[in-house]
Amino acid sequence: MAKLIGCIGTSHIPAIGGAIHKGLQQDPYWKPFFDGFPPIREWLGRVRPDVVVIFYNDHGLNFFLDKMPTFAVGAAPQYNNADEGWGIPTLPPFRGELDLSWQIINTLVEKEFDIVSCQEMLVDHACTLPLKLLWPQGDCPVSVVPVCINTVQFPLPKASRVYGMGKAVGEAIATWDSSKTVAVIGSGGLSHQLDGERAGFINKAFDLQFMESLLSNPEWATQFSIHELVEKTGTQGVELLMWLAMRAALTAGQGAGVRKVHSNYHIPISNTATGLLALEKLG
Amino acid sequence: MTSNNRLPAIPGTTLFDGEQAKRGYALNKMCFSFNSAENRAEFLRDEEAYMHKYGLDAQQAHAIRVRNVLQLIAAGGNAYYLAKFAGIFGLDMQDIGAQQTGMTKDQFKAKLVAAGK
Repeated sequence: MAKLIGCIGTSHIPAIGGAIHKGLQQDPYWKPFFDGFPPIREWLGRVRPDVVVIFYNDHGLNFFLDKMPTFAVGAAPQYNNADEGWGIPTLPPFRGELDLSWQIINTLVEKEFDIVSCQEMLVDHACTLPLKLLWPQGDCPVSVVPVCINTVQFPLPKASRVYGMGKAVGEAIATWDSSKTVAVIGSGGLSHQLDGERAGFINKAFDLQFMESLLSNPEWATQFSIHELVEKTGTQGVELLMWLAMRAALTAGQGAGVRKVHSNYHIPISNTATGLLALEKLG
Repeated sequence: MTSNNRLPAIPGTTLFDGEQAKRGYALNKMCFSFNSAENRAEFLRDEEAYMHKYGLDAQQAHAIRVRNVLQLIAAGGNAYYLAKFAGIFGLDMQDIGAQQTGMTKDQFKAKLVAAGK
């Protein structure tokens, strides 16, 4: 069976793309953010996942309001990035992993998650930038299965439902008849708000409590309604749902828990409180 | 229910619920079209014609003309698509944040830094 080795939660701010392109990683503004990654890259270099399942939210590239899925699973042989209208460089396509895509789709529907499957899918910065941050040199060495969660059109799926979906994805990975090694990524967050008079809202205390909960009590955030999460973390802070799905995937099957590989937290990059957390699945 | 009017209002925040969606579809569809460089160029050549093509109402068209984000939200705009409109003018999220909060860009950036202390 496939081996799920761990997870990485990371922010995905579009400006990161520009910073990488211009080589600003040592710039005083960017250094506290980029410095969080080397220990995680070193760990990934040792555990060498073949495939990454990425929980992320599309920001109006692949989906529009005309057809807006709550949960969408990619089942394409390749995923292309494209112009999102902000002038960040388009990145090369990513290889899909069709067998795992269908394993996830079949398992989720069996477990009564009514998902949308996508056999052609554009992936935006939320999907591409975490991969670029974790594997900055050369072509991306992992194949990917994107799992897109709606954060555009309310009502959003409940945190408890997102957790359940993430756990089901973990079960799909654990029962995948493959010798491949899999990691999961949760892309987005942490607290931020771009729109309205409350633009610039950040909640450091909640973010740190959330990151800690992923170690000690993964279901902690499921107690909050979406309305409460917006109030506590900002309109775009609800992207923490991606981290929740990611962490839930690691609770599937047998296991002795998780070990923290590394974490980082830095305010601000653009309007966002940036978080970074890598957990290794034990047992 | 299609709106969150039974839930306590979140200060300075408009949730993009069914009510906002009904209000803003034409505006959001126009801003989604700005993923394409060709469309952005067409808009800049003749904004009025472009807005007319997408069927923006008077409130939405005015908000676009004056480039006002709070007014665009009030007209039903969704932040994800409005960001693509802002991108046409090279505005970043701190420009947008400053406009919406009535601060200068430097003041807004200082507020973000202060949130980390």
